[in-house]
Amino acid sequence: MKELRMESAGNTGRGSTPDLGVQIGPLVLRNPVMTASGTFGYAREFENLVDLAQLGAIIVKGISLHPKPGNPPPRIVETACGMLNAIGLENVGVDRFISGKMPYLYKLSSPVVVNILGDSVEEYSEIARRLDRVEGVAALEVNISCPNVKKGGVAFGTVPEMAARVTEAVRGGSRLPLIVKLSPNVTDIVLMARAVADAGADAVSLINTLIGMAIDPISRSPRLANVIGGLSGPAIKPVALRMVWQVAQAISLPVIGIGGITTANDALEFLLAGASAVQVGTANFYDPSAAGNIVQGITAYLQEQGEDRLVDIVGTLQTGID
Amino acid sequence: MSEFQQKCSILSRDRLAFDVFRLTLQAPGIAATACPGQFVMVRVSDGLDPLLRRPFSIHRCFADGRISLLFKVIGKGTELLARRCIGDQVDLVGPLGNGFVGNGVGNGFEFSDDRPVCLIGGGMGIAPLLFLAEQLHKSGRETEKDHVLLGARTQDELTPLADEFSNLGYPVQLATDDGSVGHKGFIPDLLDFILPTVEQVYTCGPHLMMKNVVRQCQQAEVPCQVSLETHMACGMGACLGCTVNGKKGLVHVCKQGPVFDADQLEWSLE
Repeated sequence: MKELRMESAGNTGRGSTPDLGVQIGPLVLRNPVMTASGTFGYAREFENLVDLAQLGAIIVKGISLHPKPGNPPPRIVETACGMLNAIGLENVGVDRFISGKMPYLYKLSSPVVVNILGDSVEEYSEIARRLDRVEGVAALEVNISCPNVKKGGVAFGTVPEMAARVTEAVRGGSRLPLIVKLSPNVTDIVLMARAVADAGADAVSLINTLIGMAIDPISRSPRLANVIGGLSGPAIKPVALRMVWQVAQAISLPVIGIGGITTANDALEFLLAGASAVQVGTANFYDPSAAGNIVQGITAYLQEQGEDRLVDIVGTLQTGID
Repeated sequence: MSEFQQKCSILSRDRLAFDVFRLTLQAPGIAATACPGQFVMVRVSDGLDPLLRRPFSIHRCFADGRISLLFKVIGKGTELLARRCIGDQVDLVGPLGNGFVGNGVGNGFEFSDDRPVCLIGGGMGIAPLLFLAEQLHKSGRETEKDHVLLGARTQDELTPLADEFSNLGYPVQLATDDGSVGHKGFIPDLLDFILPTVEQVYTCGPHLMMKNVVRQCQQAEVPCQVSLETHMACGMGACLGCTVNGKKGLVHVCKQGPVFDADQLEWSLE
C-alpha cells in the first residue's frame, strides 16, 4: 500500500497555524474536508480549477464490479436550494477504474478513497478484493445507500441486517480502512450506524441523498426519466446535521458529515455536532472552489477561536440538555 | 485545455428584444482560450436559489479579453441574470466543452475546398454561430460565398443579430414564425436550394429545427455539426447529468459536446 503522504494527525498546533489533521479510523488526513462521491468525478475533471493538493481526501465516483451506463435522460433537475438526480451510478467498472483512472489518482498528494457499490453482497466483496492491493487507494467507502438502483439495492441501506452483511463481506475482502455511507431514507439512522459499526466498519459517513421527485404540471410528467431521484444540496443540510448529531452521540466510531455543505460555517456545524470530517458534494458542481474555501475558512475560525487543533472542537456542541 | 473560474465584471448590458439580452463581460482567461462552440457555466446569483449554474454558449469573444453572452429570459435563472447591472461581478467557469471544427484541420477552420459552408441558427441558437462566423471571417474565407440562415419568432429577435453577420460579409437569409421579416416559416424550408453546393453545415437551435436540418443534410450527404443544449449541473463531466442519446449509447453533452457530428446522435428518439 502506498505510504500516505501527509502530516501526522497528532501534531500539536504551534504558532498561528492550527493543526487541521484528523484521523478516521486508520486513515489519517491533513484536513477534514473531502469531496463527496459522485460530485467530483475521478478528480481529473477539476484539475484545471481546483488545487487538488489542498483537499483532505478525494472520494471518487462510485465504482461497481462491471461498467454501468446509468439511467436514461433527463437525469437531473434543480429544486429549491437543491437538486434531484437519477444518474443511475454510471461508472467505468472496477477494472477500468484501476487501469484507467488510478494511475492519475495515484500521483495526487491527497489520499484517494474509492466508493464502491454492488448489486449483491458477493459483488461488494469482490470489488473490495480487487481494490485491496491497488497502490494509491487509501480507503474504501461502501455505498449501501444510493436510491437510484433497482435491483433490491435499497435493502442494503435500509435493513440493518443487510447493511451488516455487506460490511462484513467487504471487511473480509479488504485490509483497507472501511467507511460505510448511510442512507437517510430510514426510520432510525442510529440502528443502521450501530449495525455497520458492529460488523467491522472503521467509520460511517452520512447522509446520502434523500429520495424525492419533481413534476412538470404542463406535461403532467415527472421531471426525471427515472421518476424519483436523490435530493442533495443545501436543502437537505438540517436533516443531515440532525442525523450526524444523533449518530455521533450513539456510536464510538468516527462520523463523517455530508449534506449541503457549501461554506466553512456549514462544515463547522457538522464538526461541532460530532463529525470528525466532512464531505463537500453538490457544491462542487456550482462552486468548484468550495472545498478549498472551506479548508481556509475552518483555519480562520480556529485562529479566531484560539484553538490549536481541529480535533478539539469536534463534538463540542452545547445543547443545554443532558 | 485550460479552464478558469473567474469573477467577471459586466461591461455592458444590451436589451436586443423584449426578452433577449446580451451581456458583455471582462473575462480575460476565458476570452484568450475559447473556441467557437464552447460554453461557460454562469452563477446567475450569489444565493442558493437557484442553486446551479446555467450553461451559455460563448456568443462573441474579443482580443481585449471581453466575451459576450446572448440569452432569452425563460426562467428564474435567466431572469436574475437579465437583472444584473453594469459593474456587477458574475462568477463564470469556462471555457468548457469542445467547439465546432473545420474540415479535419482542428479549430483552424481551413477547408479542403472552396465550397461554401452554411451556418443555421434558430432563436438563441444563433449565439454561438456569431462567434463561429467571426472566426471563419478571420481565417480569410470569402464569406460572401457562404450562407447564414437565421430563424426566430419575430423580426425583433433577428434584426440586430442579422446585421452583425451581414457586416462580416455573409449573405443572410431570415425566417420568422410570424413572417414579420424574411421567409414566413421554418429555416429548413430555405435549405433545399443551398445544400447541394455546401461543404459543411453548422447548426444550433431548437431540437425540432436541428432534427429537420440533420435529416436534410443526411439525405444530401453533407456533413453537419450540431450544438446541443441540455440541463447540466457542473459542465465539467463530474455530475454526468447532461446525457443525450447517441448512436452508440448515451453521450455527455458537456464533455463530448456540446458540438457533435450529427451522425453521432440518435435523432429518432425523443
